[in-house]
Amino acid sequence: MRTVRIIGTVAVSVFRESVRDKVLYNLVAFAVLLMAASYLIGQLTAGQDIKIIKDLGLAAIATFGLMIAVFIGIGLVWKEVERRSIYSLLSKPLSRAEFILGKYCGLGLTLVVNVTVMVVAWYAVLAVMATTVPPQVRAEWVAPATDIGMLRAVGLILVELMLVTAIALFFSTFSSPFLSAGLTLGLWVIGHFSVDLKNFQSVVDSPAAAMLARGLYYVLPNFSAFDIKQQVVYAHPVPAAYLASTALYGVVYIGFLLVASVAVFSRRDFK
Amino acid sequence: MARRYLTPALLVLLMASAIGLQAMRERGGELTTQGDSVLYVRSPATLQRLALSYDQIVADVYWIRAIQYYGDTRLGRTPDQSYSLLYPLLELTTTLDPYFKVAYQFGALFLAERAPGGPGRPDLAIKLLQRGIEAQPDDWRLYHAVGFVHYWSYRDYATAADWFRRASKLPGAPIWMDPLAAVTLAEGGNRQSSRLMWRQIQQTATDDWFINEAGRRLKQLDAMDQIELLQTVVEAFTAKNGRAPADWAELARDGYVRGNLVDPNGEPYRLEGSTVNLAPKSRLLPLPWEGQKLQ
Repeated sequence: MRTVRIIGTVAVSVFRESVRDKVLYNLVAFAVLLMAASYLIGQLTAGQDIKIIKDLGLAAIATFGLMIAVFIGIGLVWKEVERRSIYSLLSKPLSRAEFILGKYCGLGLTLVVNVTVMVVAWYAVLAVMATTVPPQVRAEWVAPATDIGMLRAVGLILVELMLVTAIALFFSTFSSPFLSAGLTLGLWVIGHFSVDLKNFQSVVDSPAAAMLARGLYYVLPNFSAFDIKQQVVYAHPVPAAYLASTALYGVVYIGFLLVASVAVFSRRDFK
Repeated sequence: MARRYLTPALLVLLMASAIGLQAMRERGGELTTQGDSVLYVRSPATLQRLALSYDQIVADVYWIRAIQYYGDTRLGRTPDQSYSLLYPLLELTTTLDPYFKVAYQFGALFLAERAPGGPGRPDLAIKLLQRGIEAQPDDWRLYHAVGFVHYWSYRDYATAADWFRRASKLPGAPIWMDPLAAVTLAEGGNRQSSRLMWRQIQQTATDDWFINEAGRRLKQLDAMDQIELLQTVVEAFTAKNGRAPADWAELARDGYVRGNLVDPNGEPYRLEGSTVNLAPKSRLLPLPWEGQKLQ
C-alpha cells in the first residue's frame, strides 16, 4: 500500500511537471488542426471529408501521443540526473523501483489525459460536421460520423503509446536523451515492419538470415498489431479476442521493459 | 515604459514589412516553373512500407492529390495534358486504403474519358476497378462501374449487361439494376438508356462530384437531342431556300424557330453554315462520342 502511495505521489509530480512544461499545449494545436482541416478538407476532397477527419483524428492522436511519449519519456530519468536532483530523491524513503514506476505512471497519466481530451475534441468536430451532411447521404454511411466503435482503435493507440513510453524510459535509464530518442523511434519504426521480418524467408536464400529475422520478429515489439485504424473507420469487425490479445501483449511487453528499466537503474552508480 | 512597447512595436513593424515585401514580390511576378507534377514514389508496395501506421492518412493525401491533379489538368494548368499521373495516384490511394470506394468510382468515370476530359484509358479504369473488386467482392457499385466502362468506352453492351446483372445479385443492389441489365442488352447505345443510367447515378450517388458530373452528362444528352432537332430545322430551311441560313435571326424571321436558342447550360447554340454546334465556351463540350453519334 505504501509502495502504491509513493508511486502515485511520483506520478502526480510528473503529471504536474508536464503541465508546467506546457505539454498540454499540444491539445490546442490538435484542436486547431482538426477545426482548420474540417473546413479546408471539405473544399478539397470531393465529399470524403468525414472519412478524412476520422483518419486525420486517429493519425493526429497517435502522432501527438508518440511525440509526448518519446520526447518526455527520454527525459524522465535523465533530467533528474542532469539536475542532480536524483541525489536528494534517492536519499528519501523511495526505492529505485518506485521511482521508475512512478515516473512511468506519471507520463502514462499525462498521455491518458491528452488522448481523452483529443478524443472529445475529435468527436465534437465530427458531430458538427455530420450535421452539415444531408440525411440521404448519411444513410449511405457504413457507420455514423461519431461511431463509438472507433474508440477501439484509440484504446490500442493508447496501449501502443504506453509501450513507446516504456521503451523511452528504459533507454533513458542508461543513455543520453539524443541516443534514447533515436533508439526509441528506431524501435518504433522497426516495430511497424514486423510482417516483413516474419516473411523474410521469402526474399532471402540464407536459412540463418531468415531465422535471425524470425527471431527478431518475436523479440522486437510488434507495433503494427496495434494499428486497427482502417478497420474502425470502415466499421469492419475487429474480434474482441484480437483486441484482448493485442492489449495483453502490450501490457506484458510493458511489464518486461519496466522490470528491465528497474534492473538497469538499480545497478547505476550515481557517485 | 518605452522599452515595454519596443518589442511589440518591433514585431508589428517586422511583420508589416514582411507582408509588404511579399505583396511587392507578387506584383513583380513569380518565377515560372517548368516542371510538371512529380510522383516521387510510384511503387505502391514501397509507399505502403514508408507510411508505417499512417497508411490511411497518406491515402487521403494521395486522394486529394489525385483530384487536384485531375482538376488542374482538365483546366489546362499543367503542361502535361495526358493525365499520365492519374492512374498511379489512384493506384497508390487504393493500395494504401483498399476500401476507398470513391477512388475506384472516380477512376471508372475519369480514367476512361477521352481527352480533354480524361486520358481515354478504359483499360486502366477496369484494372483499378478489378483491384477494388478483389478488396470488396460484395460491393455492387464496383460491378456497376465496370459495366459502365464497358458501356461507354467499349460500347460492348453484352459485357456491360453481364456486369450489371452480376451487380444486381449482390447485397444492397438497387432494384433498377436488373432492369438496367435487360435494357442495356436489348437497347444498348440508345440515348434513352444512357439517360436512364446517368439519372440513376445522379439519384443514388452520395458525393457531390458524381451528382454534378451525372447532371452534366444528362445536360449533354439533352443538348444532343436539341442539336439534332435544330439541325433538321436548318436542313429544312436550306432545302427550301437553296442556301444555309445566315443566322438564327433569319430562321426566326421565317418562323422556323422562336425564343432563345441556348443549350441546357444557357450558352447560345452556334450556327456554322448549315451545322449546329455548341458554343466553344460551353461547359458541355466535348459531347460524348462526338463524331460517332449515339444511335
